[in-house]
Amino acid sequence: MAILVIAEHEHGVLKDATLNTVAAAQQIGGDIDVLVAGSDCGAAAESAAKVSGVNKVLLADAECYNHQLAENLSLLVTELSASYSHILAPATTTGKNFMPRVAAALDVAQISDIITVESADTFKRPIYAGNAIATVQSGDSVKVITVRTTGFDAAATEGNATVEAIGAVHDAGVSSFVKEALAKSDRPELTSARVIISGGRGMANGENFQMLERVADKLGAAVGASRAAVDAGFVPNDMQVGQTGKIVAPELYIAVGISGAIQHLAGMKDSKYIVAINKDEEAPIFQVADYGLVADLFDVVPELEQKLG
Amino acid sequence: MKVLVAVKRVVDYNVKIRVKSDESGVDLANVKMAMNPFCEIAVEEAVRLKEKGVVDEIIVVSMGPKACQEQIRTALALGADRGIQIETDEELESLAVAKLLAKVVEEEQPGLVVLGKQSIDSDNNQTGQMLGAITGMPQGTFASEVNMADGVVEVTREIDGGLQTLSLKLPAIVTTDLRLNEPRYASLPNIMKAKRKPLDVKTPADYGVDVSPRLKTLKVEAPAQREAGILVSSVDELVDKLKNEAKVI
Repeated sequence: MAILVIAEHEHGVLKDATLNTVAAAQQIGGDIDVLVAGSDCGAAAESAAKVSGVNKVLLADAECYNHQLAENLSLLVTELSASYSHILAPATTTGKNFMPRVAAALDVAQISDIITVESADTFKRPIYAGNAIATVQSGDSVKVITVRTTGFDAAATEGNATVEAIGAVHDAGVSSFVKEALAKSDRPELTSARVIISGGRGMANGENFQMLERVADKLGAAVGASRAAVDAGFVPNDMQVGQTGKIVAPELYIAVGISGAIQHLAGMKDSKYIVAINKDEEAPIFQVADYGLVADLFDVVPELEQKLG
Repeated sequence: MKVLVAVKRVVDYNVKIRVKSDESGVDLANVKMAMNPFCEIAVEEAVRLKEKGVVDEIIVVSMGPKACQEQIRTALALGADRGIQIETDEELESLAVAKLLAKVVEEEQPGLVVLGKQSIDSDNNQTGQMLGAITGMPQGTFASEVNMADGVVEVTREIDGGLQTLSLKLPAIVTTDLRLNEPRYASLPNIMKAKRKPLDVKTPADYGVDVSPRLKTLKVEAPAQREAGILVSSVDELVDKLKNEAKVI
């Protein structure tokens, strides 16, 4: 068996999601190659070569793969697939975007968002917003899989694979990049942060999120939000944790003024420790919290910041 | 220009689902069903494009047992012009749905296909992209803004780091994210009118598509439940527990 992992990277930096995806590939077993496709992404390929368990890194550096346009990237991956039994990508918005195109081009099913590897052809994945877990078996010749990164501990980075440039250029010519507006932050990314502090509707407005940011600065944490806070316009959507936002599983998740709708729980309930701060003691968030504090967040969040020293 | 919208009948999003005791699946007996929320947003977007005058016909398609005609009628009441039901009792996988949609696209030649980004039952997030691969059409997935221009559609997409805008040559595929629009409710006169709008019934065989499943579901189980922890009485106690018991700060 041979497995192709499609790396996620940006501005020459390999994203952590790639490490979790390689870890899933290691559990399937077999030679693991990593594809780094993009424009001016040689540095990311060098990083991918250091991921433990990687046999070879394929580098496709061409303008047509810039911004990971699904139409072009899927043509490249489909062409490479002939040599592989499994094709894996992280279930990020990038992986979710191009992978089903690969599966359909190969006339195979895609197995989305796997959380465990049972065997080389059998996987577990959440359905119904994580309210049920399905075990599915694929009979297809090539398994096209997206990996929920929180399900797998990151692979180590002690490897020394070779990087092989491939010249294949696929430009479907039907889509082009116009612009992007990316959130800028010095804090860790939500999906790879060790600690996350999130606010919900109880925060009352966007300015109050600064209280959470000050706590986050002390803990080296990322700041998230519930869908209610996003829908109310307090903060942008890229901060959303939940079934329709980001799925996270940090060591510590602090939920502030979040009631704990199923939608939100689906995005954070695999966190190692959950703290809930809410003045409503009936809030469902307390049913999943390891430590609950029934109090007015406007009193206790500043106190928390202060006591963290 | 024609727009094709695909809608799916799913368990209503308010229902707390139950896994069957024999772990063969989710219990769907006597459960309230509704149109998938992302599909409602897709219908709404098509109706808004028609109201702007850039679209002149909206065709809505759904696949499944006869009951999915309810969701087609809902879309017709919201402003779609005619419906196509592809009747089957097979539980369709995304690949089969995409293949059937590709046949409808071939017949109807729409300028735009709008779908929900995922259904809230199987959570696959695949169909629109698969349709793109089969037809060769470009895709704007997870859309939060759609602007039609001359021969192209500009789609702003919700991506992990923020927003990305792409320009796609028509015909193109758009899959909807939550913030694209807020769907309207159907008015009673429109619900009555929808009953008289045309609805064709076809089968997968009519399109010559093999819809047999590729994946076998071995079992469906309830997720591991988290146990509720303890209530602390002060910030001091919380900080102490996090430092000395959980050892996470």
